[in-house]
Amino acid sequence: MGLDKPYLDIPGTTIFDTDQAALGYHLNMFAMSLKDEENRVAFKADERAYLDRWDMTEDQKKAVLARDFNRILALGGNIYFCAKIGAADGLNYVEIVSSMTENTAEEHRQMMINGGRSPEGNRYLSDWRDGGPGARKIDQNSPEGA
Amino acid sequence: MARMTASVYTSHVPLIGVAIDNDLTQDEYFKPLFDGYQIGRQWATANTPDVVILVFNDHANAFALDIVPTFALGMSETFAPADEGWGARPVPSVEGHPALAAHIAHSVIRDDFDLTLVNNIPVDHGCTVPLSIMYDRPSSWPCKVIPLFVNVVQYPIASAKRCLDLGKAIRRAVESFDEDLNVQIWGTGGMSHQLQGQRAGLINQPWDQAFLERLVHDPEDLATMEHVEFVREGGSEGIELVMWLVARGAMSDLVGGKAPVEVHRHYHVPASNTAAGQLILEEANPH
Repeated sequence: MGLDKPYLDIPGTTIFDTDQAALGYHLNMFAMSLKDEENRVAFKADERAYLDRWDMTEDQKKAVLARDFNRILALGGNIYFCAKIGAADGLNYVEIVSSMTENTAEEHRQMMINGGRSPEGNRYLSDWRDGGPGARKIDQNSPEGA
Repeated sequence: MARMTASVYTSHVPLIGVAIDNDLTQDEYFKPLFDGYQIGRQWATANTPDVVILVFNDHANAFALDIVPTFALGMSETFAPADEGWGARPVPSVEGHPALAAHIAHSVIRDDFDLTLVNNIPVDHGCTVPLSIMYDRPSSWPCKVIPLFVNVVQYPIASAKRCLDLGKAIRRAVESFDEDLNVQIWGTGGMSHQLQGQRAGLINQPWDQAFLERLVHDPEDLATMEHVEFVREGGSEGIELVMWLVARGAMSDLVGGKAPVEVHRHYHVPASNTAAGQLILEEANPH
């Protein structure tokens, strides 16, 4: 019998549970190693060589090299661990976080100043049948958009 | 005997620490946030306790995925600020209180809470930012601090009810400690925010305001809230608010005492990606 995971019905959100942790153990341990300056230097000097020291899947390594944080989380990454990849790049949290959304960092910063992303239309998977915020934004920006 | 005299609730956003460390608190972006902290700072200075039990979560700085304790109590004499990837914050080391920590551990574990006991462990922004919010930039922190780490990173995490009950057990422990100490408990993290995925940036001001109101006036009912509601309404990292229940559980009104006095409430959006909240509750009769 499967475990009850009601949080799977929240759109655009990956809950880091024990199943995700099992997928992402080596990925997250790699990311956490970047809290140490000497490891940040080694990673930035040769990212592929540094990643090859860790028992990660090829998909995980590619996601890290591409800085595709949504993919990193899908493959078992946790945001607090993997934010250290962004830290090694000299990025702040708004820059890291916004990269997972429809917004540029500046748009995201402005959205936060304007009160953040509303929960309206963002609570259930069914709320995103229209494609979610990314699709809505494209719609708004098109000439014939609402 | 030791006395639990007050509880403090505050966000622990890293950027707030950056603002304090770099003298940016009067910048246009930060000023409204820090204006709202002034009353809390005056209260904190006038009511500095001997010991703060500081409830927070580690953010992949002290605990890797090798060991994931649900609740871990810091037993050491000192706790160094962690390098979280951007370099360690230029703040004093946190001084612990090993004797009270040992007493709390003994009492709370015998009270059926399976605490993990930790020594020689760094503390990250979750612990040091609340101290900076309340005490600014002293050369040393004005009180001892016992860190209580709560896992809110890897699910399953403790329920809100479990957190409230832990607070009650901590109160019993403190009040049975022989030394005459003024003790506060601080619950940190939150309020609504989401740092991950396409839904990142979520803020829910009505939900936050309702949370504050229920925390003050009906914490037992608030503690029935399921994790999925914290996440759906308050964002994936809004789950940190369960830690506010630990502090609330330590107030005497939950064991028949008078309702606490609300000294201050402050709420501001945004601090980085987060809704920042602050609440101070004082015991009506701190002996």
